[in-house]
Amino acid sequence: MIAKLRRSMLFVPGNNPALVKDPHIYGPDSLIFDLEDSVAPTEKDAARLLVFCALKAIDYGRVEKVVRVNGMDTTWIGDDVAAMVAAGVDVIRLPKTERAEDIRALVGLIEAAEKASGRSAGEVRIMAALESPLAVLNAYEIAVASPRLVGIALSAEDFVTSMKTTRSPEGVELFEARGRIVMAARAAGIMAIDTVFTDLSDDEGLLREARLIKQMGFDGKSVINPSQIPLVHGVFAPTPEEIRKSRRIVAAAAEAEARGLGVMALDGKMIDKPIVERAARVLDLARASGMKIEEVEA
Amino acid sequence: MSRTTLGRDIPESAGDLGRLAPFMGAWARAEGVSAPRKLLSAGRPSKVLENVDEAVRRSGLESGMTVSFHHHFREGDYVVNLVMDAIARAGIRDLTLAPSSLSSIHAPLVEHCRSGVIRRICSSGLRGKLADGISHGLLDEPVLIHSHGGRARAFREGTLRPDVAFLGAPSCDPYGNARGWAGKSACGSLGYARVDARYARTVVVLTDGLEDYPALPASIGQELVDWVVPIDAVGDPKGIGVGATRISRDPRELLIARNTLAAIDAAGVLHDGFSFQTGTGGASLAVIRYLRELMIARGIKASFCLGGVTSQVAHMLEEGLVGAVLDVQSFDADTARSLASNRRHIEIDANTYADPGCPGAAVNLLDVVVLSALEVDTDFNVNVITGSDGVIRGASGGHSDTAAGSALSIVVAPLVRARTASVVDRVETIVTPGESVDILVTDRGTAVNPRRKDLKAALAAAGVELRDIQELRELARSITGDPDPVQYGDRVVGLVEYRDGTIIDAIREVR
Amino acid sequence: MEIRKSAVAGTLESSDAAVTVEPKAAGAGPSLELVVECSDARFAGKVRATALAALAELGVTSARVVIRDRSALDCAIRARVLAACLRAAEQEGSPASAAPWGGRK
Repeated sequence: MIAKLRRSMLFVPGNNPALVKDPHIYGPDSLIFDLEDSVAPTEKDAARLLVFCALKAIDYGRVEKVVRVNGMDTTWIGDDVAAMVAAGVDVIRLPKTERAEDIRALVGLIEAAEKASGRSAGEVRIMAALESPLAVLNAYEIAVASPRLVGIALSAEDFVTSMKTTRSPEGVELFEARGRIVMAARAAGIMAIDTVFTDLSDDEGLLREARLIKQMGFDGKSVINPSQIPLVHGVFAPTPEEIRKSRRIVAAAAEAEARGLGVMALDGKMIDKPIVERAARVLDLARASGMKIEEVEA
Repeated sequence: MSRTTLGRDIPESAGDLGRLAPFMGAWARAEGVSAPRKLLSAGRPSKVLENVDEAVRRSGLESGMTVSFHHHFREGDYVVNLVMDAIARAGIRDLTLAPSSLSSIHAPLVEHCRSGVIRRICSSGLRGKLADGISHGLLDEPVLIHSHGGRARAFREGTLRPDVAFLGAPSCDPYGNARGWAGKSACGSLGYARVDARYARTVVVLTDGLEDYPALPASIGQELVDWVVPIDAVGDPKGIGVGATRISRDPRELLIARNTLAAIDAAGVLHDGFSFQTGTGGASLAVIRYLRELMIARGIKASFCLGGVTSQVAHMLEEGLVGAVLDVQSFDADTARSLASNRRHIEIDANTYADPGCPGAAVNLLDVVVLSALEVDTDFNVNVITGSDGVIRGASGGHSDTAAGSALSIVVAPLVRARTASVVDRVETIVTPGESVDILVTDRGTAVNPRRKDLKAALAAAGVELRDIQELRELARSITGDPDPVQYGDRVVGLVEYRDGTIIDAIREVR
Repeated sequence: MEIRKSAVAGTLESSDAAVTVEPKAAGAGPSLELVVECSDARFAGKVRATALAALAELGVTSARVVIRDRSALDCAIRARVLAACLRAAEQEGSPASAAPWGGRK
């Protein structure tokens, strides 16, 4: 079972035709076409139409198509959802999600739009962006608010302001929020995505932050520029040691199945389903990172 | 017997020597001594002239002749316009203008074309208003577009010979020793100018950096120069090239550069002692950044780098990653400084660079060259001279020379620029024939010339994803749609000369 | 769709198009006037065709449309024409079904 990878999610300003036409060539796992913060209030309609027409006309290959619509409390969200569902979006990302209610309201809009546009019910998934202390405290209830949810994300800029502090290189001000979000995501069985790193001239800073959040358990990170993608993917690439172990586990599990055994032992430890799944995921990540698994000795 | 002025008797003739001329005084016969250049009369000769107008007068330039310049000052050149204005003032007309290249700063030449001062142009490149004008029929005679190597060949063969070469130099002494690596307008190598100095009948050096004698070592020696003219400025340093050339940060160009390096690596070119050249376009130049990283990681050194040189290469020379730099044109101040101070940074002239008839042409030793393109077609022919609207806007330069000479020739381009496809069915103008191009690298895929089955196998084996050039063409078409074809007139306004002197394509007037 | 006022959408940035839609004065001439200026003239025909299709999509039969194209792809031309028309048709309480994703087709 190959779970969707979301190591990198590239933001694309929705009202910019030059950027909208081929962002997928840089190889992100997901594209987030943005109708929210990168679009001026007077241009919301134009951005919506541009992303709508682009999604319908352009082949973005295998890259997941996410749209960040405007917030639930705006006058724009109704048209945003109707248009993006009709355009064929894969995931709708709701900014400023505060509570489960917001998700339920969004689901209502999506359901109506799926019907109106002839898409199968349940096809369109949801991501929730948590941007305030209340949202972070409500992370779990948000994460389980709908089976359509595939992930929750931290959006740090507004969060840090509400916390009455500032962003720092070490990120201590985000530590609790990140921890809660990852835990909520894991408890709900969905993904956790970290916030953007805005200093494009500081590759070391980006790598440091990516390594930290990977270690914390995040599945990926939002990025704002294609140059950040190879750096983030590098951090999420498995080590040769991890690949080696995973190959052995997957091989052992295959052998067990062939012999009709429920479980098997490897190196004195029982290998049950979660361990096999994790190993399979490591190999998926390795392949996605362009590594040749066969070249790593088992 | 005849008598010399010193009272000695000498025979009137002697065997194979024929008639003998008796000595008539130390300087009596100076004007008559055969020499490729007019020898000056008695006394310590002064080559220094007051101003450009005097230089035009003393050069012996007449209507109908050929006049040449170099383009080492690029977009910052003042010399061509300054001299052509003086020539126009002198009432000289019907000239063949043969600069090594022209840029958009030379727009004032349009007026000289209209008024008949210029009848014909031979140049590697044309840009801006002049190029636009020529594409719309400004001149009656077609311009001749030649490569850098082709120009050197033509000068050597004599098929193109300047009567007068007006050469700007940032540093020159009163006897004519000129070089490009010193002075406030330092431009580095004078590689193209050296060919003019060697083959022109009369050589005039214009300088804004008159030095004491001797300004040696020199690029152009005192033995080749007839006149020296001090002027205020040969060019604008900002246009000549300040500081260091920046490597692109454009994600698309970096993507192309990474794809290019993967192809180079897969082709097996990167061994200790390899040689390379890149163009200066965004993606080509960015290849150097990734190449350098890989060379450091693998402990590989290049034997030499050729070009068209930028600060990145000068820096690699300093670092010891490159054994020597052969420099025919320096693109920025850092490179000029390196040329001035580093023994392994060597100026070469255009003959040595790329003349197809030169037994020591450096391009023949290249292992890999990375070149840009305006258009490439499904036969891998390359256009670097006209836009897809048919208007002249580029230069042949060293493109066909290096593509032919290099063991591996890679052309890089984004598949689509805004709505203009770079991969087309048929290029508007062929400058480099497809048989010289091995690989095309774009941001949407890499294609190997079917002639190179060996390369295709090597890249595939290394896991480089390959596309047919037809696939890339169709992808480009699916993005841009099919434009209306360019509306050409019947008149030929340009001839593209291949490096060997044959004509590879004709450029028609655009309606 | 009725064009009630003048409206603009899009910009003159590369890959975009600035589209102006305004009511057409009654009188001589076709009711749908389309003026196209392209930075790359070879695509003028394509831009016209795409614009006409977008106008037809919204049922706009009377308007003066001026497009200053800067090598926009077809989908951007369509988006900008639709946006300008919807802005030009705007009035109090105009129905959302005017939108291209109205879903009633």
